[in-house]
Amino acid sequence: MKELQTQYQKILSDFLANQTERNLYIGQNFIRQLIQKKVAPEEVINIHKYAIEQIYPELPEDISHSYDFLIEIMVHFGLTLKEHQSLLEQQEELRMEMNVATKIQNMILRTTVPVLDQIDIGMLSVPIRKMNGDYVHFLNNNDSVVSVAVTDVVGKGVPAALCMSMVKYGLDTLEYATKDPSYILEVLNRIIEKSVDDSMFVSMFYGTYNIKESKFTYGSAGHEPAIYYNAREKTFFDLESKGLLLGVMPEVTYPQHDIYLEENDFIIMITDGVTDFRKQGELDPRDVIKNLALSCNHLSAQEMCEEMYTYLKKLPDFELEDDFTVVIFKK
Amino acid sequence: MNTKSTVEIVTEWDIVAARQLGRNEAKAIGFGAVNQARITTAISELARNIYLYARAGEVTIERISDEDKVGLRIIAADKGPGISNLKKVMEDGYSTSGGLGAGLPGVKRLMDTMDIQSTVGNGTTIVIEKWVK
Repeated sequence: MKELQTQYQKILSDFLANQTERNLYIGQNFIRQLIQKKVAPEEVINIHKYAIEQIYPELPEDISHSYDFLIEIMVHFGLTLKEHQSLLEQQEELRMEMNVATKIQNMILRTTVPVLDQIDIGMLSVPIRKMNGDYVHFLNNNDSVVSVAVTDVVGKGVPAALCMSMVKYGLDTLEYATKDPSYILEVLNRIIEKSVDDSMFVSMFYGTYNIKESKFTYGSAGHEPAIYYNAREKTFFDLESKGLLLGVMPEVTYPQHDIYLEENDFIIMITDGVTDFRKQGELDPRDVIKNLALSCNHLSAQEMCEEMYTYLKKLPDFELEDDFTVVIFKK
Repeated sequence: MNTKSTVEIVTEWDIVAARQLGRNEAKAIGFGAVNQARITTAISELARNIYLYARAGEVTIERISDEDKVGLRIIAADKGPGISNLKKVMEDGYSTSGGLGAGLPGVKRLMDTMDIQSTVGNGTTIVIEKWVK
């Protein structure tokens, strides 16, 4: 402290003698040193007071006292500063915890896209924040059926991630029970309604593909309708299905519907992060997706997903404000 | 000899009296201007807490010594409602966000040590110390 005092006094008296920009600049460099050494603001006033008293031995007492007054005031600024510093440290701790949590979440929610001869499956999920609020769960434990759940937690960040883990375990538990989308949605709804806060809702599109029959059975809990392309008719259909978001009410039933896929048909399942952009001229976002899919349907399902993301990202109106997930089943 | 003085906190002006006593003592045992201001601010915060939340209590200031060093111990005691969540009041941002002042974390920073004993319904005793360095 003594050394800082001496330096400060020197810098101050130089300034008082010349009052040049250079002196001020040196002063600023000096204050950096003080900040680095965590010298409190009230301490700086005290240093100043002492320096002034040395430079002007005849300094009126009142002026000296005015510095005492200022020190008293600055104690509170010092406290605010210290609190701020400690909050910053806590923030850093949280950030590190968050990184670990993200790694764990990624591990828990890791999905492998099934590779099958009879149906080509692609998937892309891009989180907007560190933790993904979208989740895709595949199930394929024999050669006859492959199921997919596309999930979007309404809400973001850590709460959404926690809720998502529950959805995942729910799906895991149901794995061997049945393949019926309506049953699975019903049970998940009950689980989520019971255990999650009222402000948390989950939308889900659940589809089961019967490989032998080429039959796709689907149900939805308040999820964005999937898009189905019928190659023979060269027409798109929205796979709409009535059903309340998961977790809103205890007893909800979910209808399910069947479609049969033929060669070159495909189904696009998305979360609302995908359609989150303004109309492009006459086209609404879902039409844009449809045209886009058609333009690249010569590609593999996985390449189609990637192509769609690349294209949409370039749209001037498209701002990734929500987790972005697209899954494609292509026969 | 052990010097020990107590100020009863009943009205807002008693806070000033506690401050005055603290400052005089701090000055007398050799604290510099900055630490005088810090100790006084800490006393002020504790006395104010008593005045605002417990209605009545007392602040005791005593000189302490240990081998070759001297310091001050301040005991703020009240029979008020007590603090139900000690951990919470020691968190940064908890009391200060409402503009209530430095808060207990602030008091702790101003001093070298701080100890809180509190029972809900029975009151709170806070002991803080600072040594001349």
